[in-house]
Amino acid sequence: MIRVENLTKDYGSRRAISNLNFEAEQGEVVGFLGPNGAGKTTTMRILTGYMPPTEGTAIVAGYDVVEESLEVRKRVGYVPETVPLYTDMTAIDYLQFMADLRHIPESKDRAYEALQMVGLENRAESYIGSLSKGMRQRIGLAQALIHQPEVLILDEPTIGLDPAQVVEVRNVIKSLGKQRTVLLSTHILSEAQQICDRVLIINKGKIIAEDTPENLQARLTGSERVSLQVRGEMDELPKLLNKIKGVQHAEVKPDGSVEFQFAPGQDVRPEVARTVIKSGYDLLEMRPVGMSLEEIFLELTREDKPAHKSK
Amino acid sequence: MRNVWVIARREYNRFFSTSVSYAVAFAILLIVGLIFALTLLFANGAGLGGSTAPDIKGVTWWFTFLLVLTVPALTMRLISDENRMGTLELLLTAPLRDWELIVGKWLGGFMFILSVLAVTLIYPFILNLLETPGIDQGQMMSAYLGIILVSAAFLALGVGVSSLFNNQIAAFIVTLGLFMVLWFMFGFMSQILPSGAGDIVTYLDMGAHFSNNLNAGIINLSDIVYYLSITALGLFTGTVAVEVRRWN
Ligand SMILES: Nc1ncnc2c1ncn2[C@@H]1O[C@H](COP(=O)(O)OP(=O)(O)OP(=O)(O)O)[C@@H](O)[C@H]1O
Ligand SMILES: [Mg+2]
Repeated sequence: MIRVENLTKDYGSRRAISNLNFEAEQGEVVGFLGPNGAGKTTTMRILTGYMPPTEGTAIVAGYDVVEESLEVRKRVGYVPETVPLYTDMTAIDYLQFMADLRHIPESKDRAYEALQMVGLENRAESYIGSLSKGMRQRIGLAQALIHQPEVLILDEPTIGLDPAQVVEVRNVIKSLGKQRTVLLSTHILSEAQQICDRVLIINKGKIIAEDTPENLQARLTGSERVSLQVRGEMDELPKLLNKIKGVQHAEVKPDGSVEFQFAPGQDVRPEVARTVIKSGYDLLEMRPVGMSLEEIFLELTREDKPAHKSK
Repeated sequence: MRNVWVIARREYNRFFSTSVSYAVAFAILLIVGLIFALTLLFANGAGLGGSTAPDIKGVTWWFTFLLVLTVPALTMRLISDENRMGTLELLLTAPLRDWELIVGKWLGGFMFILSVLAVTLIYPFILNLLETPGIDQGQMMSAYLGIILVSAAFLALGVGVSSLFNNQIAAFIVTLGLFMVLWFMFGFMSQILPSGAGDIVTYLDMGAHFSNNLNAGIINLSDIVYYLSITALGLFTGTVAVEVRRWN
């Protein structure tokens, strides 16, 4: 459905994305995750036929985005990051206009259906300028769905929505992803975790990791981490633990727990337990903690550290 | 072509929801109406029959003159505003060709001007009733054909300029400046330049094709070709500018 090969885009002398390669199949929701300026919007604009790449090719819904741009555009639904809309049109007129541009028969009925899909049928006659940010976001989504596209490209689709709406839009996206291909970008890792089958982490125009959210977590957690709950004066404890062979980075967390890491296959937990008790603490709990996607994300996109791509 | 029509229809409807276009229509109709009233007033002494009877030339000339001043206000936002609001991204990712967008925008404006023009048909109609042998209908048709051609050319240039700018005020000023040069400056220059260069400038003079020929009832193919060429040039510029935007 989407196949990207060696995609590169320069703005003048600034390289926005370089040599991207990825694929997305039908029925897959792929999340594009990356910090500001990573190149998410740029990639999406190329995939939607808005602008051509400097180098490389992209095939969307079976057509080349440069050579057969119109065919691609017929099959793609797109919500740009800024959700541009004609504020001086009513919601229904706007959607009808977009439907007409796509030569949809009975465009008015279809526009109304699209409004229903995003729960705004009671605002059909409102001017878009008078709608709230979240409502506009939903109008943008309605516009992208009106022609039942094979591929949906959503640039940060849940920004500006209230929590109830976020849940609703995520569910809409999830259900859409069953028959279509959805590519969405986000900064929110939990969102990617919830709705994406696969996550691409992009930073400075390069894909630095690509996997299911679960695998990413497992793969990138190069070491196992353990959290301890103890009773007693804790300031000395990390020092004691760090003396144990194999224990790394023992520290007191803000919530009062103590965490440390150890290399897989070199289980230091029994030794740690003994040390804690011998030193006069009460050991209340010892449990493994997974690395959160937030941490993975920060780790991968950290400035001072080369990204560890495969481990 | 269907896409052109979708864009044009929306643009046309949009003109009826913006105050600028009402101001334009009002100004044109008011001034042209005053000119017509004056024409009748001064004709009173000379009588409404025979060779000294007033004609519609004053009204039609003033209409084109007002186009010079008002078309920039109509076209300034056509593309530049889409760019400012980001809605250009919607249009450029919809399945329509760049030229269809530009021609659609142009056609919307053209239909608006034609609507205003249609209202002015009342003046030749009245004049025809008042004068005894009736007005020179050939001259009237020729003059209206002229206005239609001038409008087409002006709007195309306006759309072209609008697509070059992100700021509608800049688009307005440049369009107005361009019209001033084409409509007035060339006529002035052709008088002071030596004949060789003067002829070229005379050919480029947008006003001369209208005032000397079409508005006088003379339909030359070359005048028609001239206005159609300007129209094509404007639309071509707009299309290229949109394509360039894509490439950044
Ligand atoms: N129109 C443009 N002209 C010049 N440079 C641009 C343009 N658009 C983006 N860039 C540059 O390209 C790089 C990638 O930008 P892009 O908008 O794709 O990032 P992003 O991942 O979408 O970021 P964000 O999360 O902030 O939306 C940035 O360095 C940005 O400055
Ligand atoms: Mg972005």
